[in-house]
Amino acid sequence: MNKVQNNKAWLLVLPVFLLVAFSAIIPLMTVVNYSVQDIFDQNNAYFVGLEWYQEVMSVPRLQDSLARQFFYSGTVLLIEVPLGICVALMMPTRGWTASLSLIVLALPLLIPWNVVGTIWQIFARSDIGLLGYVINGIGIDYNYTNNSVDAWFTVLLMDVWHWTSLIALLCYSGLRAIPDAYYQAARIDRASSWAIFRYIQLPKLQGVLIIGVLLRFMDSFMIYTEPFVLTGGGPGNSTTFLSQTLTKMAIGQFDIGPAAAFSIIYFLIVLLVSWLFFTTITHLDKDKVKEQSHD
Amino acid sequence: MAEIHLKGLAHSYSDNPQSSADYAIHEMEHVWHQGGAYALLGPSGCGKSTLLNIISGLIKPSHGSVLFDGVEVNEIATQDRNIAQVFQFPVIYDSMTVYDNLAFPLRNMKVDKDKIDSKVKEVAHTLDLTDILHRRASNLSADAKQKISMGRGLVRDDVSAILFDEPLTVIDPNLKWKLRRQLKQIHERYNITMVYVTHDQLEASTFADKIALMYQGKIVQFGTPRELFENPNHTFVGYFIGSPGMNFLSVEKLASGNGTEFCFDGIALPLDSNQKKILNDSSSSNLKVGIRPEFIQLSAVQHPESLPCEVIHTEDLGTYKIVTVLLGQQKLKIRLGEEQQAPQKTAFATFPSQWLKIYIDEYLVDTNSGDAGDE
Repeated sequence: MNKVQNNKAWLLVLPVFLLVAFSAIIPLMTVVNYSVQDIFDQNNAYFVGLEWYQEVMSVPRLQDSLARQFFYSGTVLLIEVPLGICVALMMPTRGWTASLSLIVLALPLLIPWNVVGTIWQIFARSDIGLLGYVINGIGIDYNYTNNSVDAWFTVLLMDVWHWTSLIALLCYSGLRAIPDAYYQAARIDRASSWAIFRYIQLPKLQGVLIIGVLLRFMDSFMIYTEPFVLTGGGPGNSTTFLSQTLTKMAIGQFDIGPAAAFSIIYFLIVLLVSWLFFTTITHLDKDKVKEQSHD
Repeated sequence: MAEIHLKGLAHSYSDNPQSSADYAIHEMEHVWHQGGAYALLGPSGCGKSTLLNIISGLIKPSHGSVLFDGVEVNEIATQDRNIAQVFQFPVIYDSMTVYDNLAFPLRNMKVDKDKIDSKVKEVAHTLDLTDILHRRASNLSADAKQKISMGRGLVRDDVSAILFDEPLTVIDPNLKWKLRRQLKQIHERYNITMVYVTHDQLEASTFADKIALMYQGKIVQFGTPRELFENPNHTFVGYFIGSPGMNFLSVEKLASGNGTEFCFDGIALPLDSNQKKILNDSSSSNLKVGIRPEFIQLSAVQHPESLPCEVIHTEDLGTYKIVTVLLGQQKLKIRLGEEQQAPQKTAFATFPSQWLKIYIDEYLVDTNSGDAGDE
């Protein structure tokens, strides 16, 4: 009841508010501003409300690339997460081989995105690229510039090459953090290797895997540079993902309004999926606590 | 059920041990009898955990062998040795319930469901875990987790020994006492050989019938808590057991009017003739006389046998007092009961000769028979 009213304290939050405003809120608001107007030139802009939003949701080109995007990100996660865990499990734990494998794994992560695209652009070429040449050499007709399936798989393979290391390194650090006593106890309990993995290693990796999956989802959902350099989105639209469609719309065609509306939707999708994933996982832990307090 | 025999056992972590310093465990002969409750006591780094891990098979000894009921198990893997081990930090399977944790070893052995159920419930009952049987194990308190790790050992019918590696380290002090009692009850009920590693003498003496005291990779004494207290057969045992540890005085031979005396700082100790004879016969220059702080009598008035000393300070610990006195150049600790008055400044200390122990080259000499050590 005797709560002291002192609103001056809000002033202390002001510096942070300004910082956040410039770094996030103001740029974002610009996009929001565009998304609700139809702009012809500097002097002719009309407020259109949510029309752009309604319109972009019904454009087949965007729907297609959204579907492609979800399929692609899902596939990336399905491959990279189990593969990363396997690599981490097989890595040596001590000696010079451990250092060597850490360096080798870290290498792809250090290469800039557009360089990765360029590397694969050449690497996968069927005339002079090692990969493309070998695949053709063993009798499979492969050409990522002509065949949309080939292109899609090449982009996927490139992502796996580029980012599996991230999951592997995260899991490796997670595995190193498990005390030896757990393995010793499991041996005494006569647990099989599968049981050790299922009941010791996997639960202990939960924390790093949440981070890994979130990072890989967000990054792969926003993928732009590598397919842009490698295939330019083609052939056809087979490797045109959301961000590229968006760029074409905003910069290529100068449809600022719809592009802004779609940017917002895009942003909200990333936010929503990440939030859903994160709360589901943390909710599982909360349930355990609740279950306890009822007992 | 098993008797564990350590035969000529020694262990070195280095591949090519040169000197005795390379050995974590020095060659030893030792038997843990079936059904006994033993403590393996010693300071950090004395090799007690190494020894325990050798018994459980987590470490392979570099020399000698481990025998379970007369059968050598050196080459038998941990999982086939029929032992259970409880570690310093509770090891539980986070994603499982308490029930599943307890059932886990049995499920790995493909025991049928009804048997698992009855066994798990029985063990849960013994360990007071029945109420929390269907809760997740991950959010329980440390003592409950430690009980679960022990329970995983108890559910198996074939377990012949349970090894504890400082299991109460992470337990709250008030629960330690309770858990120690529970351990003792379990021991009585299941008739399993138990070996308990600790650096806490109180834990060791409440849990174990017999204590093996380890020092620098050797078992220096194996006996009941009382034996270790009254007849420490190495100066280290005297120093390590008891609170405070034993007083040791380095003595040297001095000729005097009525025969040879054994003195420190020019003060002669009231040794009996047998003790003097033993000291006299020894050629070693490392002669020590030890006495427990509990057995020195301290008084403000002089007695015929007593020696004058100076009181430096008194610590009152509630149930007893520790008085530090200066006798010659030597500081001695004396333990007095709470009802006893500690003298100020000058006091007189009496040393009953039956509690004066003779140590030659750090080992006890039995003054009754003249042999070294007890057992």
